[in-house]
Formats: sequence, structure tokens, C-alpha cells
Amino acid sequence: MVKELVVISGKGGTGKTSIAASIISIASNSIKLVAADCDVDASTLHVLLNPRIKHEEKFSGSKVAEINRSECIRCRCCQAVCEFNAIEDFRVDVFSCEGCGVCRLFCPVNAISLKDRESGFLFISETKYGPMCHARLLPGEANSGKLVSLVKQRAKMVAEEEKRDLIVVDGPPGIGCPVISSIAGANLLLAVAEPTLSGLHDLMRAIGLARFFKMTKVFVAINMWDINAEVSAKIVEACRNEGVEVLAKIPFDRRVIEAVVNRAPAVEYDPKSAFSVEVKHLWDSLASTLALTS
Amino acid sequence: MFNLIIAVAGGKGGCGKTTVAVNLALSLASEKKVLIADCDVEEPNVHLLIRHKLLREKVVSVFTPKFDMEKCTLCGICADFCQYHAIVKVLDKLLFFQELCHGCEGCRYVCPKNAIVKGERVIGVVRECVSEDDALRLVYGVLNVGEPRASPLIEAVRRSCSGDVDVVVIDAPPGTACPVIASIKDVDHVLLVTEPTPMGFYDLKLIVDVARRLGLSFSVVVNKAGLGDVKVYEYCEKERIPIVLEIPYDRGISELYSRGIPIVKAMPSWRERFVKCYERIREMM
Repeated sequence: MVKELVVISGKGGTGKTSIAASIISIASNSIKLVAADCDVDASTLHVLLNPRIKHEEKFSGSKVAEINRSECIRCRCCQAVCEFNAIEDFRVDVFSCEGCGVCRLFCPVNAISLKDRESGFLFISETKYGPMCHARLLPGEANSGKLVSLVKQRAKMVAEEEKRDLIVVDGPPGIGCPVISSIAGANLLLAVAEPTLSGLHDLMRAIGLARFFKMTKVFVAINMWDINAEVSAKIVEACRNEGVEVLAKIPFDRRVIEAVVNRAPAVEYDPKSAFSVEVKHLWDSLASTLALTS
Repeated sequence: MFNLIIAVAGGKGGCGKTTVAVNLALSLASEKKVLIADCDVEEPNVHLLIRHKLLREKVVSVFTPKFDMEKCTLCGICADFCQYHAIVKVLDKLLFFQELCHGCEGCRYVCPKNAIVKGERVIGVVRECVSEDDALRLVYGVLNVGEPRASPLIEAVRRSCSGDVDVVVIDAPPGTACPVIASIKDVDHVLLVTEPTPMGFYDLKLIVDVARRLGLSFSVVVNKAGLGDVKVYEYCEKERIPIVLEIPYDRGISELYSRGIPIVKAMPSWRERFVKCYERIREMM
């Protein structure tokens, strides 16, 4: 069975992608893996892994209503029933329309049709660490959860075809629909926290989400822990109360930013940096836990 | 009365949206009636940075179908209609998957036996508050943990931004997907916060695309200036996007944020810079 490690954070900008990319770089030395970027609307893992796209497919997540203006009798029936306030002055606002078809149902002259909407693209690429599945949601689109599920499905397919052992998923921020899709079916969740009051607050909501979906293997890494040692201690305590283990305390390290500018995982850019040393330990702990997970 | 709605967005998470929104709102609050609205309902943070009193809390719910199985004949018309496959007919029963339902009410309309009635599903709350010094109104939404649909709650937050105010500052969620659209739709101006790194640059281009598609007036704030490279600056110059504020990369500012202290509270000289940023936005309108 292919195993799945998903990196989430709750709060954005805690270093999820930098840590995921470094884990991918280290892990690929000892096991065969697939990388997946499930942050489909603001993806950045590709910045560090430099994938070469091998396969591209269009993704249509839903329908969108279209009003034929020559047939429209301007009765406003459609506008009155639209739950999403997507129709105004006999026009469909494509950003608000969720493609439910209720407007079409109520149109007395059949002037409304439902069309497939183009929601984004899915890519299967090659990196020096192994295959990578990623996507690009078109700006302002809904259906990010569906696209995330598709990325994960493709990653699993590739992993099975190429007999790979692990999928490392870089998840999106937040706790909503794309995050829920990202963590579905994961063997292990790693939540990356930062020692700020917001970071603590958001981490606890992310752990709450994992609990809601009855995930047991949840671990935390505190990134830039020394920015505020006091809040870091609070995070450790809050995690202890939740029964969640803090696997790593990663120090603030400017080399990580330099690595981003140089578009490389930080562990490759400077293998001896304080960040790299701690992330290597982190991977060792995750690897042994994953071996126990069935 | 002139009422201006300024949203603070930015594709990348953690780029400093909340910092900009909170400091802008606090800086304007001494001269104007200001309301700050936190539309990042998945991970709201503004209320952690502003000491406040809760005035009222509203529970927000969306439509969910309630099936009267005595009337239901298992004709399957509702399941056929549902675009989201939230209703599935298997042999002698109907299965309903709440997490897939968008609340369009289509199933209720098409049911020939009136076996589906309006039910409600609570998705979160909207809290209306005022800062402890009464200088600023604060509205924020909190999405229930496990609830996938953020947009209806964001819309409820925006509906609560009414009353006697001069400026509404909206803190938008990260990304470029539907929750961002719900947060910045129909605002007067969007401040796009970015950081000068390849990741910040990539996400900036995406959110600029969103702002353009929505036909919104927008400008850029560079946070953590001096941190990475110059691509963000070159891009803004080439695209003629004004940079209205730069916040330097400074460990002191990061530490203040970590303790939940807004920059303008610790360093009052910053107030002027945020007011100036607001004036530049006004000039653009």
C-alpha cells in the first residue's frame, strides 16, 4: 500500500512548502516517492521542485449557466430563485454561479442552458525526486476541493503504476473545503505551526479538523520557534493537552529564504544549516512512524 | 456620506494581509468611523490583534434538504437534478451527502410529492464587536470546524458591515479561489500584499489576475521588503501597478506580531505611513 504524508498548517505562511520540499528532497534519497501540491489556487511547491510537465489535462469542476439573450423575455424569474445571487440584469455572474441549474428549471422560455466550465488544469510532471502531481485552479474558481481530490487520485495512480512507497502532499492553508479534501485518506498529518498568537489559534483549529475526521496520526513541527520562545512553549503545552506530539522545533534561519530565492529546497541549498539539521531529524521521526502505520 | 470599502488580499498565505488590514484600520480610526471585517472565516486572526468587546453574535445557516420519507416515492428526480451528486438513490433508499450539498434548493423545487422541505444547517457564526477603546468596529466570522463551505459565511460577514461608517477594511483569506471572490467582490479597492520572493511573486501574479477579472481598482503592498529579490518590483513597474506601501523585513516587527501587538501600537510613527497609503488609494479612485 502506498502511504500518504500530508503537510498542513491552518495559518498560511508558516513554512509548509519549504518544509515539504525539504522532506521530499531528503526522503527521495532513501525511498521512492511522489510529490503532490494540493494548494491548487496558490501553489508554490513547483517554485522549489522545478518540475518538467509531462502530461496536462483540463479540469471542469462544474457547470455554469448561460442565458440566451435573444430568447430571454426579461421576466427575472431566474434571478428570484438563484440562491447564489449570480444573476443580475439578465446576465450570469460567472464568479458567483455554482451551476446548480435552478434558474434553468424556472425559466419559462427555456432560454437558459448549462455549460461545462473550465475550472483549471492538472499536471503530472517529473522532478529529480520523482513524479509530481500538481494543478492550477483558474483565478476565482470554485471547486478547489474537487481539483484537490483529482490531484490526489492521480498521485495515487502514478504511485501504484511506478510502485512508489510514499506520497508527500503539500496542503493548502485554512480548514475549509480544499483542506478537507487534502487530508482525506492520509496516513499521517504534519501540521507546521509558527510561534505567533495567530499561529497557535490557527493550529488548534487545524488539529480540531483532524480530530473531526477522526485522524489519529497527527504531529506538529514548530517552525521559526525562536522568534517567540514563550508562544512556542504555549504551543507545546496546547499540543500536549490535545495528545499531539511536537516532533520538531525548527529555528529561524535566513538560509531558508535564500533557498527560496535560489529556487531549491533549503536542505539542498545549505545541508548544514540549522534548518536542514532539524528537518533531517524531523524526517527520521516521520519515517519511523510511517513504517508503523498500515 | 462617502463610504469606502478597501479589501486586503494576497494570494500567498502568511504574506501579511492581517498585519496590513489591522494597522490600516487602527491608523484611520482616530479620524474616521472605521469598521474592520475579517473574512478569513477558516482562520480568523484580526480579533487576536484588537482588544474588543462582543456586542452580538449571529448564527449563520444554509439550506439543507429535509426528506419526508412518508411522502417520498423514491422516484429519483431530486437525485437526477442535483449537479453536486449530494443525493444518490440506491435500490430502496435515498442517501444524502451533506458535504457535497451547495444549498441551491433545486431538489425541493423538483420533488413532485413535496417530500423535501427546507431544513437549516449551521455553518458558523458572525460576531459583531467594538474595540475596547470604542474607536473601531470589528466584525468577524468563525466557520465551524469540519464545514467545507466558507463563502455563505463570508457573505454574512459582509452583510454585517453596514451602518454609519466611513471606511470598511476587509481582511480576505489567502488563495485565489471562491472565498477570496466572496471577500473582495464589489469593493472599491484591493490592496494586494506580497513578499519579494519567487513564491510571493508567483502568487502575486495570480491575485492580480483575479483583481483584473473582477474589474477592481488595486495596488500593491510589499511586506518583508529587503528579504529576497527584485522581481516583484520589476513586475509592478512593467504592469504599472502602484506600490503604495513597503514594510521592511524586520525581526522586531515579526516579534511584535508573534505577541499579537499591531505595529502602530508599538511604533506610533507608522500610523502616518498607513494614513498616507490610504490617501494614495483615495487619489487612485
